Amino acid sequence: MTVTRAYTLNRRKVVARLLKQRDSKANQDLLIVTGLGSPTYDVHAVGDNDKNFYLWGAMGGASMVGYGLALSRPENRVLVITGDGEQLMGLGGLATIGIRNPANLSIVVLDNGHFGETGMQRSHTHYGVDLVGVARSCGINQTREFSDMKGIENLTQSLFVSEGTSFATIRIKPENHPRSIPTLDGRYLKNRLRETLGFAP
Amino acid sequence: MSKNISHEVELPWQDQIFESLKAAKIRQIPYVPDAGHARLIQLVHNDPDMMPIVLSTEEEGVAIGCGAWLGGDRSVLLMQSSGVGNCINMLSLVANCHFPFVTLITMRGEWGEFNSWQCPMGKATRKSLELMGITVHRCEHEDDVKPTVDAALYGAFSNDQQIAVLLSQKLIGKKKW
Repeated sequence: MTVTRAYTLNRRKVVARLLKQRDSKANQDLLIVTGLGSPTYDVHAVGDNDKNFYLWGAMGGASMVGYGLALSRPENRVLVITGDGEQLMGLGGLATIGIRNPANLSIVVLDNGHFGETGMQRSHTHYGVDLVGVARSCGINQTREFSDMKGIENLTQSLFVSEGTSFATIRIKPENHPRSIPTLDGRYLKNRLRETLGFAP
Repeated sequence: MSKNISHEVELPWQDQIFESLKAAKIRQIPYVPDAGHARLIQLVHNDPDMMPIVLSTEEEGVAIGCGAWLGGDRSVLLMQSSGVGNCINMLSLVANCHFPFVTLITMRGEWGEFNSWQCPMGKATRKSLELMGITVHRCEHEDDVKPTVDAALYGAFSNDQQIAVLLSQKLIGKKKW
């Protein structure tokens, strides 16, 4: 199976655009969970935030952490930003999410068709696996695919516009940027997010 | 089996677990079905304050429980022993971030087992959990169940411990083939 796809977007520009209005009043409720590897660095590069929860491992778990968080906090919007390899390891989770389909959850897969952190080996999406199709089959009805910057405006316009969970892939160039590295202290990351939501450590 | 006779009708152990989960304000209940958990799963589905979440594989439930805690919810994962192997790497999330964690595991492959394919993971269940830093308690008798589950819930949600409760195959009863 080979499919020619255009992977052209600059991942840092994409994430910066998505989060450009992060600090606006309308986005104060936003919580972000990142998948290990480059998505963690991309989100951190935009600016660290107490409402970010970065994964440094637990591959395949980003969307599920976001799901549990979204179910616990209907008053917040939860954005999962992850990579194609990370989401591929958790495909079954999309079936789990599709059952309840919470509208305050949005999953964005930065898809470069490769495992960028481990030497740029080709991933399943490179060979034609259609993550958006998988998500749709799992009952996630609001799905989108972006391959240019059009439409990637800001959170409110691109995402969280549906009555259920939204799922988007954004076709990005397979390239590694300088790493922007958040703390690896998981206990700290956990406690600071809980604290910002008003919970004791 | 020695048992204190009380005036109240004693609930089946599955119902006692349900009462414990309610008392500890557990809300998200991810699970992969098992016959031993069937009654508890049904009770959870019947409770409007609880959120049952059927999983496609057990490690999803580990990650969901961590997300739940981030947002202030309490979660308990239900699975059978064969699912423990699926959870191993995801348990690094629990370990690295020191999330509170409780899982109730119905045992297969250890006593009166017809299906020998259950035995390798049944034998490795406790060690697998312990290798990932999880404290393991085990219930052999009906009388053990409630105090053990209560202790696990207390340990996890009052001071961030990670605890698995194994419900032995002898307790659950032999599966009829």
